Formats: sequence, structure tokens, C-alpha cells
Amino acid sequence: MSQAEFYQRDRERHPPALTPDYKTSVMRSPRAALISLQQSVSEITGPVFGHNDIDPIDNDLIHNYAKGGESAIGERIIVHGRVLDENGRPVPNTLVEAWQANAGGRYRHKKDTYLAPIDPNFGGCGRTMTDENGYYFFRTVKPGAYPWRNWVNNWRPAHIHMSVFGTSFTQRLITQCYFEGDPLIAKCPIVKTIPTQDGIDSLVAALDLNATVPLDSIAYKFDIVLRGRRSTLFENRLEGN
Amino acid sequence: MVQKLDYLKETPSQTAGPYVHIGLAPGAAGFDIYRQELGWDIAGPNAKGERIRIEGIVIDGTGNPVKDVLIETWQANAEGVYAHPESAGEVEKGFRGWGRVITDFETGEWGFDTVKPGPVKARKPLGSGPLHPPANAGDDWLGRGDEGHEDMAPHINLWIVARGINIGLNTRLYFDDEEEANAKDPVLNLIEWHNRRPTLIAKRGERDGKVVYRFDIRLQGEGETVFFDV
Repeated sequence: MSQAEFYQRDRERHPPALTPDYKTSVMRSPRAALISLQQSVSEITGPVFGHNDIDPIDNDLIHNYAKGGESAIGERIIVHGRVLDENGRPVPNTLVEAWQANAGGRYRHKKDTYLAPIDPNFGGCGRTMTDENGYYFFRTVKPGAYPWRNWVNNWRPAHIHMSVFGTSFTQRLITQCYFEGDPLIAKCPIVKTIPTQDGIDSLVAALDLNATVPLDSIAYKFDIVLRGRRSTLFENRLEGN
Repeated sequence: MVQKLDYLKETPSQTAGPYVHIGLAPGAAGFDIYRQELGWDIAGPNAKGERIRIEGIVIDGTGNPVKDVLIETWQANAEGVYAHPESAGEVEKGFRGWGRVITDFETGEWGFDTVKPGPVKARKPLGSGPLHPPANAGDDWLGRGDEGHEDMAPHINLWIVARGINIGLNTRLYFDDEEEANAKDPVLNLIEWHNRRPTLIAKRGERDGKVVYRFDIRLQGEGETVFFDV
């Protein structure tokens, strides 16, 4: 039974808790330092999901909330990629969940009051399991940009929220997928919470013409990397020797 | 110049945002889409042990409730076993030990029902343990056997996301009726400031004959909850 720990999280890669230009973070960020914990069984384990938990239609956002025969309005896209770990190994059979605004930039949420209309055929969420190679895909419509009150006139770039589990609670991750060529990315205070350009670039899905469905849907590739785990190479050696 | 290490880098976190419910709890966002939403039944019908409820509120740096927070919970069963292949032992059929907890949008109050977890075997000693393994440790020192293990007091692992939280916050919930186990817990003992330890301890009470623990989480300022880098 392998109980190796996961590599420590590179906190220089992630946004810090306090990012004043994203104003909501100011009063929701802990001031004390995080206490570093060597991983126990509580951290190296995490929930396990199976195909019984979800349905095949769940990853098709164009149809999973549409009335029979109808489909969501907007630019039809495939978002696909692999979930990998930092060792470059695929993470198979892991749950990936996605949510987004509709093509007009409006969320189906009782707290969203943006004036763009709700699309009656679009719920805005999907979920899927990666296959044995860590591969996943969603079919959806490209979300619209929308305004939000941070400064008085900020606009979120088009984005899809992504939630991934991996195999342990330490790998749990929520992030956002942006789209190649969007001029709003460079202006977004939420994007700019990420401290490095390389990190920002890693959240921008690439236009992937090879993966398009001709005469149907355009495609973007979005790989997700979760924390890696110590190699079994060390399992018969003592740490520090 | 040196050779390049060929590790990939972890994808950076981004806030879950105000509409996290659409993705993770669409019913709360106001619509019904899936055959079943995930995370509503933590313990399942067959779990042994004491049935409990845990309630609380997440409070921001101004003292106000965070009404759009989402919390995920991860816990062992009453025997201290996680529903995961790397946790030694079996769990009851239907016990997943994982849940999603959302707030009342008006008040910020949240609550969930589960069973009280049992003590959990530590993988290896935590905290400022010896830099070199004890002479008789053998391979077990890395935590693959019983050598050097310490039990952890019963606890529930929490992961907190919301608008304004750039990367999910990890914390733990312990139980105030486990005083003896808590005093020996390697994680609580790692917290240098004794007066911060109570921020992780839920208070037991009763309501209508049911056991209800109270656990408020303070994101910032006086009484700030201890959060972990795991």
C-alpha cells in the first residue's frame, strides 16, 4: 500500500490570499501564515467517484439542460485536454466539473442580475470523468465576457470554471480556463492575482483546429496539472540518506 | 547552465467565484439539472457510530457572515477509516465521507449531518520529529508500517472556497468532547500558539434530542481560524 506524500505546493505559482486589486480578497484573506503540515492519511486520501455518479450527457452543456431537440445558443466549442500530475503522468478516472456563463455573459444563478438574457436551453454546468489516459472533454458554447463591480467597470474575460479532484484531498483544485486571443485576460484583476506570466499562460486554452468537429464545433485544448507524488524510487530508501 | 528538470507545474488556482453553486450545487443556484448532485450524503444509511450535526458560519475580516461560501468535508468513518484504497480497513457500504456544504444565502448559516469520525492513524509522526530515523526504524520510518505512528484525534478535514478566496483554504474540525485525544493530537500540537488551537475545536450541544456541534470559521483578524498548507 503506497502512502507516499505529494510534492509540496509551490505557493509562488498560486495567487496569494491577499490581492488588493481583487477587492473581495481583502477581507476574506487570512492574515496569519498557513501552518505547514506533513501529509497524514487525512491528506493523501480523497473522495473516489465512479461512472455511476454521473450520466453520459452531463459533459454536453449544449444539450444537458436543453428541451428536447433544442440546443444552447452561442459559438459551439469543444474544450478538451488531459489531467496530468507534476510528474507528467495522466490522472485517470477523476471527476472534472465545469461551470460558466452563457454566450451573453449571464449565469443561471439566482444571485446574477446582469441584464443579458438567460438562455432557456442552457444550464451552464457539466461534469465528466477522465478516461484511463487522463483525457476529458466538454461540449459547450463559448461563454461571454461580462461586467463586474470591482473597479466600477471591470470585465471578466470569457472563462469556464473548472474543478478537479485527483486522488487525494491535497490535490483538490478549482481554477478558470480562459481562451486564446482574448484581450480582456491581460486586464482582469482576478487573472492578475496569479504572480507569474507563465502561470497565467497555463490557464489560457489554445485554439486546437485539429480537434474541431468540421462544420460543427471549434475546439480549445486545456490541460490541467495537479500536484505530483513522490516516486516509488524512494520507497526502499530512508529519507535524507 | 544545467539540465532542465522535466516536472510539470501545478495549474494555478483561481477563485471559485460567486456562482460556484452552478457547478457544484446547481440546486442552490436555482435549477435542477443532474440525476443526482454529489456531496449531499456524507455517511450513507449504513454508517455505524454516533449521528451528529455540525453547524456554523464563516465570518470575514469585517465580522460579517460570508454568505456565498462553499465547504467540502472529508472524514473517516467511526472506525477511523477513509473511503479510499490507501486507508487501511473497510468502510460501510454507501459511506463516502465526503460532502459539500452550502450556506443559507440570507444568513450565511450552514450545517451538515454525518457520523462522528473515529481516531485516525497518522501516516508518520508529524511536526518536529527526528531528522534521522530511529536506529530500529527500518523502512517503516517513512510511514509504511506501524513504527512511530501516532493516532490523530477524531477530526473532519475542511476545504473552503468562495468569491474572494484565491486558493481553497484547508482547515480541520476537532471535537470538544475528545479532550484527551485532542491533547495528544500531532496536528493540534504543531500549532505553536496554544490560544489558536481552540479555533479548530467544535463545541458540542444538543437540540431536539440531536447532537449538534457548533463550528464557526473566522477568515481574518481576531480569533482567526488556523489554516493549513497541506
